Amino acid sequence: MQKVLNVPFTKEEALSLRAGDSVKLTGTIYTARDAAHKRMDEAIAAGQELPFDLTGNVIYYMGPSPAREGRPIGSAGPTTASRMDKYAPKLLDLGLIGMIGKGKRSDAVKEAMKRNGAVYFAAIGGAGALLSKAIVASEVIAYDDLGTEAIRKLTVKDFPAIVVIDSTGEDLYQR
Amino acid sequence: MREISVSKITETVKQMCIDANYRLSPDMCDALKKAKESETSELGKEILGSLEENLEIADKEFIPICQDTGMAVFFVEIGQDVHIVDGNLEDAINEGVRQGYCEGYLRKSVVADPIIRENTKDNTPAVIHYSVVPGDGLTLTIAPKGFGSENMSRVFMLKPADGIEGVKNAILTAVKDAGPNACPPMVLGVGIGGTFEKCALMAKKALTRPVGEHSEIPYVKELEEEMLAKINETGIGPGGLGGSVTALAVNILTYPTHIAGLPVAINICCHVNRHVRREV
Repeated sequence: MQKVLNVPFTKEEALSLRAGDSVKLTGTIYTARDAAHKRMDEAIAAGQELPFDLTGNVIYYMGPSPAREGRPIGSAGPTTASRMDKYAPKLLDLGLIGMIGKGKRSDAVKEAMKRNGAVYFAAIGGAGALLSKAIVASEVIAYDDLGTEAIRKLTVKDFPAIVVIDSTGEDLYQR
Repeated sequence: MREISVSKITETVKQMCIDANYRLSPDMCDALKKAKESETSELGKEILGSLEENLEIADKEFIPICQDTGMAVFFVEIGQDVHIVDGNLEDAINEGVRQGYCEGYLRKSVVADPIIRENTKDNTPAVIHYSVVPGDGLTLTIAPKGFGSENMSRVFMLKPADGIEGVKNAILTAVKDAGPNACPPMVLGVGIGGTFEKCALMAKKALTRPVGEHSEIPYVKELEEEMLAKINETGIGPGGLGGSVTALAVNILTYPTHIAGLPVAINICCHVNRHVRREV
């Protein structure tokens, strides 16, 4: 089913999504990949505040190529999600409602998604030029020293993704 | 003895880094077009259509095909009658990578130490494989390698008794484990024989052979064709979301090996299988 979804979104909206749904995301999402996840994990352990409120928000596992003058971002496709599996359950328990990446997730992540009513989307891996067209603004909000791995706040319009794992744990990759 | 100045090498490398990341070679573009025609799943066709559109946007709007512009891997074939002047070859290549990645708006994806993990901020150093060949030529091949697929690559130290069936199982195991993670449709580089490191190097080099070309050894060509068919029967499909096109090619290189061993390496590459070859 083709669905249009504003981000951030509510748990009720997350619960209505099903594995196999094609969605177009519009609104605000945040990028984070390996190094940013490690730092967020350390911040949580130290009792510090995270760079953004996770509640109802979506993390895009992505590190862009540099933007040319006059453009918001460079190439911007998803990275392999399983590398973030170690950190994802904790973030889901803190309110994260969606993740965008590519590839399989661990059972621990699926359990945390079921527990919290969250969704995992896949974007097309290796289509970074195409996907960049759905990103209209980008701003580094934390960990600037990490370069491409910094946390960015992205404004997206009709960003195409597919629900791969829904809040019931149904996994499109395993069909 | 022919003299080649390092400045010429740096300039060539810089341009190769940029060219490789903005345009796929014609063999890969053709293979993706054919894949779209033969794909049986609707969603798979749609994804392959998006990949085609992605290539057009990358080319026309000068956006890298994939944000993972890779670690810069080079194969350098240097003629034994060549004399490099004005500096050293390795520095010249790394300077070309630095300039290409910085001036070409390519991602800096290299950390200086695997444990400390601080980004070098210019995508150096490159990974460079040298071979000395007859003559006075200098041929460079760049194959920028993304790590979504690199992480799914494998080395198997099989026993001689495992034979060709063991090799087939190893290839299928690597592909099934990789699944959606390696951004299918993938290209497989396979090295059979040699030693632990030789088979891995052959697997990497096999990825630079144009898709559609086959081994000159009859049984190896057959194995390439058989494995491509078997991989496509797995149903993993474009994006790992199901379909009849999981791989675009299986390229195999072989080498003599030890009486006690049968090393097999499988280097998986995504559909953004970049390779540019140039004479200096």
